[in-house]
Amino acid sequence: MSVISPAVAPGHEEAAQATPSLARRTVQVFTRNKLALTGVVVLVLLLLFCYVGPLIHPTDQIHTDLAQANLAPGAPGHLLGTTDLGYDLLGRLMVAGQSSLEVGLAAGVLATVFGTVWGAVSGYFGGWVDAAMMRVTDAALAIPAMFLLVVVSAIITPSKLVLILIIAAVAWLSPARLVRGEALSLRDREYVQAMRMMGGGGARAVFRHIVPNAIGTVIVNATFQVADAILYVSYLAFLGLSIPPPATDWGSMLSSGITYTQNGYWWLIFPAGIAIVLVVGAFNFIGDGLRDAFEVRLQKK
Amino acid sequence: MTGFLVKRLLQALVVLFLVTIIVFLLLHSLPGGPARAILGPKGTPQQIAHFNDVQGYDNPLPVQYGDYLVRLFHGDLGQSYKLNEPVSSLLGQRLPKTLILTVLSTAVAVVVAVPLGLLQAVRRGKPADYALTALAFLAYATPVFFLGLIFIIVFSQAVPIFPAEAPQGTSIGSVFSGFSGMVLPIVTMAFGIIAMFSRYMRSATLDNLTEEYVRTATAKGQSSRRILVRHVLRNALIPLVTLLGLYLPTLFSGALVVESMFNYPGMGLLFWNAAQGSDFPVLLGVTLVVGVATVVGSLVTDIAYALLDPRIRSVS
Repeated sequence: MSVISPAVAPGHEEAAQATPSLARRTVQVFTRNKLALTGVVVLVLLLLFCYVGPLIHPTDQIHTDLAQANLAPGAPGHLLGTTDLGYDLLGRLMVAGQSSLEVGLAAGVLATVFGTVWGAVSGYFGGWVDAAMMRVTDAALAIPAMFLLVVVSAIITPSKLVLILIIAAVAWLSPARLVRGEALSLRDREYVQAMRMMGGGGARAVFRHIVPNAIGTVIVNATFQVADAILYVSYLAFLGLSIPPPATDWGSMLSSGITYTQNGYWWLIFPAGIAIVLVVGAFNFIGDGLRDAFEVRLQKK
Repeated sequence: MTGFLVKRLLQALVVLFLVTIIVFLLLHSLPGGPARAILGPKGTPQQIAHFNDVQGYDNPLPVQYGDYLVRLFHGDLGQSYKLNEPVSSLLGQRLPKTLILTVLSTAVAVVVAVPLGLLQAVRRGKPADYALTALAFLAYATPVFFLGLIFIIVFSQAVPIFPAEAPQGTSIGSVFSGFSGMVLPIVTMAFGIIAMFSRYMRSATLDNLTEEYVRTATAKGQSSRRILVRHVLRNALIPLVTLLGLYLPTLFSGALVVESMFNYPGMGLLFWNAAQGSDFPVLLGVTLVVGVATVVGSLVTDIAYALLDPRIRSVS
């Protein structure tokens, strides 16, 4: 839930027409960043675990089996034990991860796209359009995201799609502000002015010039957005407002494990919790690496 | 300075107005309207019509919004469906508790994060810096409730030092009489803030270390400790004020989770219980109050920042 998103590289005008050597150098800087690479590796492993895992370790994650409930790890056929409803925990982690990742990715991307367009339009047109659009984002930012999320998910029973929409609805604000800042500085550039002299309209300016030139900022922010969206899913789950069972996500697994803290059923808590930490950490590392990589492009210019 | 103040105040007023619109629209986006939410799926059309008539929900939306604003100005936030108490009096009991929790956690966080950030800046690129950076990333990636859960398992079950439940009781005094119960909630909440603030302090200190006044002070023969404390620290602390203002929504969100986790009877727990019971007047009342508090808070920090740093005043 970063209110203060880490500072992002300011405009890099040549992003769209980058020379190959510059692109190669960006990749080079990124791959030399050990933390960023670790992030990529962790993310790939988690994706394999969630999507290929069920093929290797197929389990029934629909029907409960109370006779097999709360088995400790190492029980025959259940490497990580079973949940309070008798689901195989390892298999459940895979299925839950699919929900967490899908909702996080979709919400992060949706928020980024919407926020980028909002910010680009606001910054490019300036004046009262900008003032009006930015006051709307200020007002929406004033209401803490968690509170909005809870109110909305108390009104509508969340499905995966609803979760994606409501998380995107609170998360678009920070990309909007970032891109607006870029657009403000880009709109007075000569090439944008030249395009306007030639009769190009506002839509063309926004989509062909402002957005492509702010793409570095946008991509870096998107990775942080995905990390935040995955955290939001888990918070909603903790507050009992996530996808209803038998579907699940890592946050839901973790929060249903909380009930059994007293019993010492640690396997209901730690695997799901660690999975969240891993995926959120991975996205943050990748975002940091991308930011450094894009900053190099800036310096090169 | 007055120009800046007036402009900033007007902006805050516009934002406040928009916050009320958002909250109002939320109330009216309920499927089937508030009547359906309160009377449930079994409410008959007659009951719904009667409810809408009594509550004024059958008026046109702009009229309803006007009425809503008038009631707001009279301090009327509605009546809780479940607790059958005015939302404003519920908030009167709960808000101070949340403020105590957030203020104490923030204070702890600042006290820990400022020296940590300084240390990291001075030891940049050394093992201590890397270890603390890794820790900050870890804290940032850990959901607050997972962290709280780990603290409960370690400090309340494995080694029972602190209770896992916050002090109950409605009075403010109960918070301090049962203070051992406050330790885990405060530490849990402070952890994430420390991660954020120490990262900030680190980069702010690094920025300031390259400033010319540092070179001047060094040339004058001041000790590096004195330069760090008297010059760099003071300059790096100023923007921290703004950061505090920006951080308010996150603080309230954190309080929501921490209060639900440790059963601390503040505004967050009130809100959570209201969400479980579809108690919409409470949900919306709390949302509004939190929104207003954020707007006012960021206004105050902006003004404080302008007072502390004359450069801001002249620019605006």
